[in-house]
Amino acid sequence: MTTTPKLIRGYEVVIGLENHVQLSTQSKIFSGSSTAFGAAPNTQASAVDLALPGTLPVLNRGAVERAIRFGLAVGAKVAPLSIFARKNYFYPDLPKGYQISQFEIPVVQGGTVEFFVGDEKKSVRLTRAHLEEDAGKSLHEDYHGQSGIDLNRAGTPLLEIVSEPEMRSGAEAAEYAKTLHALVMWLGICDGNMQEGSFRCDVNVSVRKPGEPFGTRREIKNLNSFRYLVDAVNFEVNWQIDQIEDGLAIQQATVLYNPDTGETRAMRSKEDSADYRYFPDPDLPPLVIGPDWVERVKSEMPELPRVMAKRFVEADGLPEYDATMMTQSLATARYYEAAKAAGAAPKLVANWIMGEISKRLNSEGIEINAAPVGAAVLAQLIGRIADGTISNNAAKQVFDALWAGEGSDVDAIIAAKDLKQSNDTGAIEAILDEVLAANAKSVEEFRAGKEKAFNALVGQAMKATKGKANPALVNELLKKKLGAA
Amino acid sequence: MVSPMKPLHEMGVAELGRALGAKSVSSTELSQHLLARVTAAQALGAFLHVDAETALAAAAAADARRAAGETGALLGVPLAHKDIFVTADMPTTAGSKILAGYRSPFDATVVARLNAAGTVSLGKLNCDEFAMGSANENSAYGPAHNPWDLSRVPGGSSGGSATAVAARLVPAATGTDTGGSIRQPASFTGITGIKPTYGVCSRYGMIAFASSLDQAGPMARSAEDCALLLSAMSGFDERDATSVQQPAQDFHAQMLAAREGATAAQPLKGLRIGLPKEFFPAALSADVNGAVRQGLAELEKLGATLVDVSLPRTELAIPVYYIIAPAEASSNLSRFDGVKFGHRAAQFDDLLDMYKKTRAEGFGPEVKRRIMIGSYVLSHGYYDAYYLQAQKLRRMIADDFQQAFTQCDLIAGPVAPTVAWKAGEGADDPVKAYLADIFTLPGSLAGLPGMSVPVGFGEGGMPVGLQLIGNYFKEGQLLHAAHALQQASDWHLQAPAGI
Amino acid sequence: MALTPQDVSRIAHLARLELSEAEQGALLSQLNGFFSIVEQMSAVDTAGVEPLYTPLSAVQDVQLRLREDRVTETNQRELNQRSAPAVEDGLFLVPKVIE
Repeated sequence: MTTTPKLIRGYEVVIGLENHVQLSTQSKIFSGSSTAFGAAPNTQASAVDLALPGTLPVLNRGAVERAIRFGLAVGAKVAPLSIFARKNYFYPDLPKGYQISQFEIPVVQGGTVEFFVGDEKKSVRLTRAHLEEDAGKSLHEDYHGQSGIDLNRAGTPLLEIVSEPEMRSGAEAAEYAKTLHALVMWLGICDGNMQEGSFRCDVNVSVRKPGEPFGTRREIKNLNSFRYLVDAVNFEVNWQIDQIEDGLAIQQATVLYNPDTGETRAMRSKEDSADYRYFPDPDLPPLVIGPDWVERVKSEMPELPRVMAKRFVEADGLPEYDATMMTQSLATARYYEAAKAAGAAPKLVANWIMGEISKRLNSEGIEINAAPVGAAVLAQLIGRIADGTISNNAAKQVFDALWAGEGSDVDAIIAAKDLKQSNDTGAIEAILDEVLAANAKSVEEFRAGKEKAFNALVGQAMKATKGKANPALVNELLKKKLGAA
Repeated sequence: MVSPMKPLHEMGVAELGRALGAKSVSSTELSQHLLARVTAAQALGAFLHVDAETALAAAAAADARRAAGETGALLGVPLAHKDIFVTADMPTTAGSKILAGYRSPFDATVVARLNAAGTVSLGKLNCDEFAMGSANENSAYGPAHNPWDLSRVPGGSSGGSATAVAARLVPAATGTDTGGSIRQPASFTGITGIKPTYGVCSRYGMIAFASSLDQAGPMARSAEDCALLLSAMSGFDERDATSVQQPAQDFHAQMLAAREGATAAQPLKGLRIGLPKEFFPAALSADVNGAVRQGLAELEKLGATLVDVSLPRTELAIPVYYIIAPAEASSNLSRFDGVKFGHRAAQFDDLLDMYKKTRAEGFGPEVKRRIMIGSYVLSHGYYDAYYLQAQKLRRMIADDFQQAFTQCDLIAGPVAPTVAWKAGEGADDPVKAYLADIFTLPGSLAGLPGMSVPVGFGEGGMPVGLQLIGNYFKEGQLLHAAHALQQASDWHLQAPAGI
Repeated sequence: MALTPQDVSRIAHLARLELSEAEQGALLSQLNGFFSIVEQMSAVDTAGVEPLYTPLSAVQDVQLRLREDRVTETNQRELNQRSAPAVEDGLFLVPKVIE
């Protein structure tokens, strides 16, 4: 890590993430129950999921396959042998009284995730990613003072992805999480639906004076939006600094973030210091993943974002930053490649996607594949700038019209809005003669070496043509007339 | 009309299969006869649940299948299941209050396979709570009594199974063996039982005690009957990830297959039987030693040769087993929390209190003891010293067996250091009871197949069993030797007085 | 090493078992009796020995068998909940869960 940590109130912030990613299998990790979201309570909880006496787990190949995909995508080691262990604790949404997880030997070991914070490239190392089963849900709406337990979610396959504590701000943590989120969807191993809990973030936060050892961390659990992630971290950081400044020690704790109050609070259910009594699950012998299996998964993988970005740099001549932006999601990459295929200059496509398009997508909260302006139309628009039909300013007006649905044909809109720029040399020269005559002072200043005077004259000329003249042509002709060419 | 050469309840599984095939008796008549005996013998405490209606319906179905021309050694043969196997048509308690009235939505794989073979279940058999015990005195529903002497224990944990078979209430029963729970009660009641290689019988639907040790097996009155039952019970099951992927075995055929070089007089010619010196310590009671030697002498007559071998870590098997089994049990029993099924305390303050009271009320003392031991040895800071160390020693114990099997084909010795003890003895000191498992634990830890075969009688006229241990998947060889012994002797045919 | 009464109550809490004073006392002496026979175990040198988590791996490489990713279960809520202590609207009811 090359970044120099920016301090907050004189403290360095240290953040590591644990992401719980629901894998997009049809059936659960240890049973043949459906994983579909939103079914009536306990209608997708089989005898195995309910831990009825005598039931046993059998591992789902599809879950392992997805873990291998992820491991390959982040350049991690896919363990040839990994072990399932029991994590023992009592909770009503945990039917067996233990969670089947991986402890000492996880299936994915190491790896890195790369992303940009602003225009600064960052690379965060992963500790591990392991397979485990999701728990059920406690519904807290009141059943005469009791809670209701729905075990439909119990046994949904999870990949828990653990990062090294290498992030130094909420913004970095959010970018890391966004990149991971995009990656698992890119790989088709998770539907990425954060509202439904398919992608959840636990954030470990601690603060320290620069150069000091790590401080005690508190874990913010179950953040399901990137904005909450930033807000929660910021609140937590200031809370921890306040504690320390007041001479109080930070106690290790698990906390929840309340978006309504914008505050974090310790979970009561986690108060007694956990002793999970991990041991290898005797119902599940070691998981063996042979090289042949890894090779097959590799051959079936989509082109990875980092590989695609490299291609955009080398083949399209995009700057690395642009290439990374173009590979933020598979949809963005597809849009970019489609516009490119329709003949538009790669760099210009990237500029539009990073500029006008993402600006609108963000403000309207939609994905690029839902953009009203398709890749082919954008390419057509860019083409009209390139061939001098319209100026960049005019192009923005056309884009607005296309986005607003005022039309779908670029040329039609150009015509309707009369935005075609003039390339009539004679007409422009005539106008230039008038301008020069009327602005002798500027001409003198220019001859005296004042560059600004030139721009003033161009401005006058454009004004005289009501902005329709092709600015490039005006420049060229003016230079000629002033003998500056 | 019924005209068999001897009373129906004296007939074994193989005989009954033949009688049913010959239509000399119907499954319905047979089941009615045995149900009457079960009712009359309630004082033995063998059964926790009897369901005549369901049984007779199954018997009628079996008779119909016979009438339709179907055959099969087990078609219409009555038996009963240890109450550790879940059943859809009868309650399942595992001998515990915490499962009082529990109804499983499905049948254990072993039960389903025996049903498919046409066996008729008369009910569910008593056992130590969650199969934890060696006297059947840890059942929440009262003890079972040894038919040879009602003041003595039948052994455990499959005590109800042993009692029912020895008392001729059923020709056979299912049992489970984690540290000796088939072999020791078989020995105490003079019947024959086999625990197959770990993974040969599916554990699906067998309420888990210690998952890496639990195995199902048959208990009957002869090796031949065990072979017939084991063939039907065993086989690969996709619902159990530890189930061995091998084609279905015909253990009866393997039992009958003649050894190379065998003669009519010496069917065991060339068979090397290893006697671990650690299985014959000075402390071994004389009566048990005498009976075991008597059985071994008979095997020698049949052509077997006895060789001395050593299992140097036999004594270590006790601590190793009593670390591993409770550790796994403490986790396996966490699902009994009063949320999804089974007992829930009536009075409690909050969730934590509900858990603690439910489990305090639902579990008996021995189960609590083992949950405590298991939770402790897995808890933070102790794992390496206890659980991990025990699992390493477990491999050393298994390696000792492989070493011994380079010198012999089978290993033989006593099943238990004594004959069945008086009820109530040893209840005061659980650790003393643990020590009595010394001869069955090593084979369990290694996952090897083991049998108990009657070889005579000891103190108080109580039966004594010979333990035979085979190498992995050598059930056929075990059954062959036991069958040869039973063809040449009649210890296994002796019935308790007044039966 | 001998267990203390504190150990016993800590473990009882971990295992969610309510124990009476008498039970605690009895367990303390029984557990200590038990661990005295366990001590012989720690004396053995097991350096370099692989633990035997599943018996057959003593003689063969045992590896986990996997199932195909297919939905094979149907809704059996009625049957599965027939022995449940408290159910309403298909939910298992428990004393209030406090996060």
